[in-house]
Amino acid sequence: MITEAVQERENYLNTSHGIKSWLLTKDHKRIALLYLHTITFFFFLGGIFATLIRLELLTPKGSLVSADTYSKLFTLHGVIMVFFFLIPSIPATLGNFFLPMMIGAKDLAFPRINLLSWYLLVIGGCFAMYAMLAGGVDTGWTFYVPYSSNYSNTYVIATGLGIFIAGFSSILTGLNFIVTVHRMRAPGMTWFRLPLFVWSNYATALIQVLGTPVIAITLVLLICERTLHIGVFDPARGGDPVLFQHLFWFYSHPAVYIMVLPGLGVISELVSVFAKKPVFGYKVVAFSSVAIAVLGFLVWGHHMFVSGQSVYAGLVFSFLSYFVAIPSAIKVFNWTATLHKGSISYATPMLYAFGFIGLFTVGGLTGLFVACLGVDVHVHDTYFVIAHFHYIMVGGTIMAYLGGLHYWWPKMSGRMYPEAWAKLSALVIYLGFNLTFFPQFILGYLGMPRRYWTYPDEFQVLHVMSTAGASVLAVGYLMPLVYFMWSLRYGRIAGPNPWGATGLEWQTPSPPPAHNFEETPVVTTEAYDYAALAAMEEAKVG
Amino acid sequence: MDSYIETPELREQFETPTQQKETSTLGMWIFLVTEIMFFGGLFLAYTIYRKEFATVFGLASSTLDAAIGAANTAVLICSSFTMVLAVRAAQIGSRKALIVFLILTILLGGIFLGVKAYEWNQKFEEHHVPGPAFYLEGVPPGGQGPAQLFFSLYFTMTGLHALHMLIGEGLMLFLLWHAYARKYTPSYYTPVDIGGLYWHFVDIVWIFLFPLLYLIARHQH
Amino acid sequence: MHEHVDSIKTYTLVFFSLLALTAATTAVAYTDLGPFNIVMALFIAVLKMLLVALFFMHLRHSTILTKVVVGGGMLWLAILLVFSLADFVTRGWLPVPGK
Repeated sequence: MITEAVQERENYLNTSHGIKSWLLTKDHKRIALLYLHTITFFFFLGGIFATLIRLELLTPKGSLVSADTYSKLFTLHGVIMVFFFLIPSIPATLGNFFLPMMIGAKDLAFPRINLLSWYLLVIGGCFAMYAMLAGGVDTGWTFYVPYSSNYSNTYVIATGLGIFIAGFSSILTGLNFIVTVHRMRAPGMTWFRLPLFVWSNYATALIQVLGTPVIAITLVLLICERTLHIGVFDPARGGDPVLFQHLFWFYSHPAVYIMVLPGLGVISELVSVFAKKPVFGYKVVAFSSVAIAVLGFLVWGHHMFVSGQSVYAGLVFSFLSYFVAIPSAIKVFNWTATLHKGSISYATPMLYAFGFIGLFTVGGLTGLFVACLGVDVHVHDTYFVIAHFHYIMVGGTIMAYLGGLHYWWPKMSGRMYPEAWAKLSALVIYLGFNLTFFPQFILGYLGMPRRYWTYPDEFQVLHVMSTAGASVLAVGYLMPLVYFMWSLRYGRIAGPNPWGATGLEWQTPSPPPAHNFEETPVVTTEAYDYAALAAMEEAKVG
Repeated sequence: MDSYIETPELREQFETPTQQKETSTLGMWIFLVTEIMFFGGLFLAYTIYRKEFATVFGLASSTLDAAIGAANTAVLICSSFTMVLAVRAAQIGSRKALIVFLILTILLGGIFLGVKAYEWNQKFEEHHVPGPAFYLEGVPPGGQGPAQLFFSLYFTMTGLHALHMLIGEGLMLFLLWHAYARKYTPSYYTPVDIGGLYWHFVDIVWIFLFPLLYLIARHQH
Repeated sequence: MHEHVDSIKTYTLVFFSLLALTAATTAVAYTDLGPFNIVMALFIAVLKMLLVALFFMHLRHSTILTKVVVGGGMLWLAILLVFSLADFVTRGWLPVPGK
């Protein structure tokens, strides 16, 4: 009977039917689900390339594919994972769904532009897929000139166009989020009452808006160089290939913060709710998000220490790179302090949060290793760097994404996922991840170069470990795909607030109605005020 | 909530028309910031290569017609003037004035683009388009490469600017159509306002392009 | 955000100022000021930009947030230019060991 009542209640999923109501929707929640499908597809596509890479690297000599094909594999893995999965991931799915709800708004500031953003990602993805199917691209996701402009015979332009278009998706999402947070907060929702997830997405949006246009113009110049031979990166004309790298990394370094900042925001939410304590040092954590965004723009030259960049500039960039670690470290300390004397629950989202904190810390610390100019001369372009960024992106961002997905799944779908299976897959992912990537630190330190298809025999043991880990990781990722879909039909029906969390999104039914709130909320409590929540619950019951 | 019929003046997601206008304006300004960064990459390339190849860039710049460039700058400034008068007309509800000023803006923009097309054609005829047929007189040995670099930047920067002008013309035509259809009133003229912001921004880009491309070393050549 | 309606007189004054500055920058370009030619050119361009932004784009009547947004954009362009130039300008300042 209760089930029937839930099925009958109008919510954003059943308020209208048919493909047009989804493809022409203005509802941020539906758009979030459109994105969820798209990025899931790209994640597994990127994963297929990773699988092929790891299979090839089982043996020291080439076995599975040719050297040229191998170059295409790592390029496509990088392009798809960075531009079509990680950059949209949390903001476009969880951010889109929950940012308006968290601030008490009916929708984002520009719903139609939100829909346009999704279409742009899809169209950009089509260009990238065309490039992939037509023969691939082999320049590395970094597209360095002069190889990409003068020598590569692969589909550089198509891929570049795909990334360009997807870039506008990112810019418009960022623009939408910034304006929304400034102008659409409900009465009483002051800046310092916002959930930290909102602060993180806001800071991310700043990066998206300020950085992405630069890679856009870089791709335009690359395409002009390749087609019209304008010479702007060509030494024969007086051009400088290092200029490409400056333009590329001006965006691509802040881009890594686009990829991890929203994850940091998710972890703030998870740590609070599963320790039943307000986040320690709320304001400091909020300002840290913005600090990461700003400082992240001042360090890009640390990707170019051995490029021919001036040594003086290298020193400046190395020095500044140490500073950008500070706000991230502050967050880790504050989360730890939040846990102290908290009432800790080990639900799946919290397991992902724990995994994140450990792995992100390793990734961040190894970032300091490579920020050191002298060390980087040795480990640049080795597996050490690969391990470093996968600890952040996979051990960090993807864990945060999965944690957030599990946490907010009941709200989005009205159903609980199966807890036992979820805990198991979190464990499988954690173990698989470490087996895959920890050996890569050692490999890199011992001198194994990245983007190499063959290697000396003595590296094989570590590579075999890494590939074994990758197969475990793959299983771990497939499990949620299966049980989330299972839960849509068979999962336990979820109430409005299964976790006892604060935040306006938990004051609505699960799934929420199309317009989020029956009436615009008026906010009178601080963020993470569990006492106020308890009082409110008692008042309802009593 | 579901029974609310939204109008252009007050869309569903907003509480008041004022909130909507402020939001739209903020959105357009942020978009213009992205445009600053987009053009910024080209200005970086320009800065680096001008510093590196000052003499050749000076020579190459002097083959552009400064008088035409200055006149075209004046045309664009006139179009910004008519644009701001159009916005003002919308603000005070003068539909006829709004239409007239929009038409003038479109015409002036068209003149600018026509002159640019003429200039580009001149460059083509003078063999100043980078490529196998390129040759610039008076350049020191080894300078043909950097000279081509100047013209690559010239065409890319003015080309990107011209593309934005074209998009601007499209926007103006759209505004003109809606102005004719009586869509704008003193309480709702936001599209005209933000269309104006876009137009002025494209003008500002040209305000920098003109001296940087046309006037590098006029006193020497 | 401006409810304030500027007068045609204000706009006309700004318009003629812009034309005058255009003439000025062209004239100055033909006089030899050595390294100050570029300084003057940029200075005049910035003046013109400010006139268009403050008056035609109504920035002087806009909210503080709008002004921060515009300032931020300019600052970020400066970061791109200055930090990149920090490489190109300083090549050769510090020796690379072994070279």
